[in-house]
Amino acid sequence: MNDTMGRYRTMIGHRLFWPIAVLVVMLAANTIYRPGFLSIELKDGHLYGSPIDILRLSAPLILVALGMTLVISTGGIDLSVGSVCAISGAMACMYISKQPDQNSLTVVLTALAMALGVALVLGVWNGVLVAVIGIQPIIATLILMVAGRGLAQLITQGQIITINSGPFRGIGLGHLLTLPLAIFIALAAALLVAAFTRRTALGMIIESVGGNAEASRLAGIRSGRVIFLAYVVSAVCAAIAGFMMTANVSSADGNAVGLWVELDAILAVVIGGTSLAGGRFFLSGTILGALIIQTLTTTVYAMNISPQTSLLFKAVVVIAVCLIQAPAFRAKFSRRRRSAPPPRPVADKPKEQVPA
Amino acid sequence: MRKMRTQRAIAVLASVLLVGGVAACGNSDTGGGGSKDDGKITMGFSQVGAESGWRTANTTSIKESAAAAGIELKFDDAQQKQENQIKAIRNYIQQKVDVIAFSPVVESGWDTVLKEAKDAGIPVILTDRSVDSADKSLYKTFLGSDFVKEGRLAGEWLVEQKKGATGPVNIVELQGNTGAAPANDRKKGFGEAIAANPNLKIIASQPGDFTRAGGKQVMEQFLKANPKIDVLFAHNDDMGLGALEAITAAGKVPGKDITIITVDAVKDGMQALADGKFNFIAECSPLLGPQLMDLAKKVKAGETVPPRIETEETTFTQEQAKEALPTRKY
Repeated sequence: MNDTMGRYRTMIGHRLFWPIAVLVVMLAANTIYRPGFLSIELKDGHLYGSPIDILRLSAPLILVALGMTLVISTGGIDLSVGSVCAISGAMACMYISKQPDQNSLTVVLTALAMALGVALVLGVWNGVLVAVIGIQPIIATLILMVAGRGLAQLITQGQIITINSGPFRGIGLGHLLTLPLAIFIALAAALLVAAFTRRTALGMIIESVGGNAEASRLAGIRSGRVIFLAYVVSAVCAAIAGFMMTANVSSADGNAVGLWVELDAILAVVIGGTSLAGGRFFLSGTILGALIIQTLTTTVYAMNISPQTSLLFKAVVVIAVCLIQAPAFRAKFSRRRRSAPPPRPVADKPKEQVPA
Repeated sequence: MRKMRTQRAIAVLASVLLVGGVAACGNSDTGGGGSKDDGKITMGFSQVGAESGWRTANTTSIKESAAAAGIELKFDDAQQKQENQIKAIRNYIQQKVDVIAFSPVVESGWDTVLKEAKDAGIPVILTDRSVDSADKSLYKTFLGSDFVKEGRLAGEWLVEQKKGATGPVNIVELQGNTGAAPANDRKKGFGEAIAANPNLKIIASQPGDFTRAGGKQVMEQFLKANPKIDVLFAHNDDMGLGALEAITAAGKVPGKDITIITVDAVKDGMQALADGKFNFIAECSPLLGPQLMDLAKKVKAGETVPPRIETEETTFTQEQAKEALPTRKY
């Protein structure tokens, strides 16, 4: 009895328990609403169904949120990721659209390399502003957030660039082992980041820099370099996400690609349990956070919740998730529940008033 | 340390704002030459921005027809900011242009600057989007599309097509941004038109935010949640184009299994219509330049013009699209 209780406590106490619980509840609600929600069928040699859609559509958000996790854990924030998505997508599509053979693999690889190169430059720009010049991250990345949209527009000349390239489409819509390729790309990136941060000392160093950059520097860590690196990684992640977003619809729209994705990414990071103050990060939590956000969006469409109420619906769910996530809130809640029934104004039963 | 950082941040923010301000001034300073009474009309035009292919075509149309009509055009791009637009209009007032025309970024907050123009005796023409000023004398006329009519035309075509339908016809709708005038009005017009046939029913309606990605994502779920979808009505071409991919991925044939109706008629949409993937497009034309120049001349000559003028627009079926496509400008 005590043993099961203990195990139950550990499970509840695990920081991934609540995000997973929220995800399960959402999927369950969808299944109750429409029993076929979780059903998956094989169509044209790959899996087809709402859960697969959620995986595919959350892939770009997972990527962006991964980079964001690193940046936030250094105590910073990167608002420019959406613009970087738009720029990289626009660059790649623009280059491909100008080539005579859009289906050539060389063309697509060149386009990706070029766009990644630009993203690197943008990441370096952010990194220099924050780590070298010392501008506050929110302001430094705001510059690129605003200017970057313009840059993307400039690349596409204000038009929506439509391309017809099989290999490029594959990034967003291809399949591997009957599952969307995009989710494998996102998971590969996640594993790579996890390996570098959790199998080496890098993760600890990032957390120490996020905790106190100056103290870390005095302890012998090159804080500036770590912060710089975080912004570069974030930009590269955003660029790959940008490829997925544009490949998903085979077109680059400088205005719409990655619009507000920075906010979703920050939310995913927060839901995942990473502290916005820096100094602590959880990659698995971030991935769960991204999945929760995409599931929420898909739920709204699948249940056909009216547009006027869907924003409120989302807000309520997000607030609930964040509150459940917060140990302080849970502690307060369970204390109150345990102290019920409320103390009576009679003094002769002191035992009932003793909280557990 | 922290204090220094804050100071630096403020300095940077200030310089960004400063540069922005200078740039904005640079934009709207289109030369100080006021209008002399040489009979030539000078028009100051403030555009919303360059957010889409539609808008770019709109700008091109205005510039080209001004040149063709012999009207001197002072053009300003407000980059989606009302304050830029107000600044540009004040500049035009100072430069004493003959006519001011603009596409308002937002609906409200124009009374003061429009009053200034009126006091200076400069007539104002609104294009594409309207303002919510209670005092209609602040502007001469509003030239733009009738979104309700676009929705109604789309609905009427569908009613005509499904005249013989005996069973229920399931319609799904991809709306524009929640609350945007084109979204509200097209929904309204379409709804009114299809009310003529009780068999036509909208079974699901969600915003796809006027983008391809949005349209695709919503359509994917529509297809899974509703086994029988007969018609898709998308509030613009782009959402329809996104939905095409979702429909194909679901193993259905767009244009055949699901009838697709959209609004706008941009090039990619027209191509899809000519290819038989769309079935009908109600046009929302950005080419209002010639009408605008006409109006400017009339207003300058002191003629009275109707307070509301609709852009000349049409509709396209698949055959008409094939014909129109080669000469399509946008």
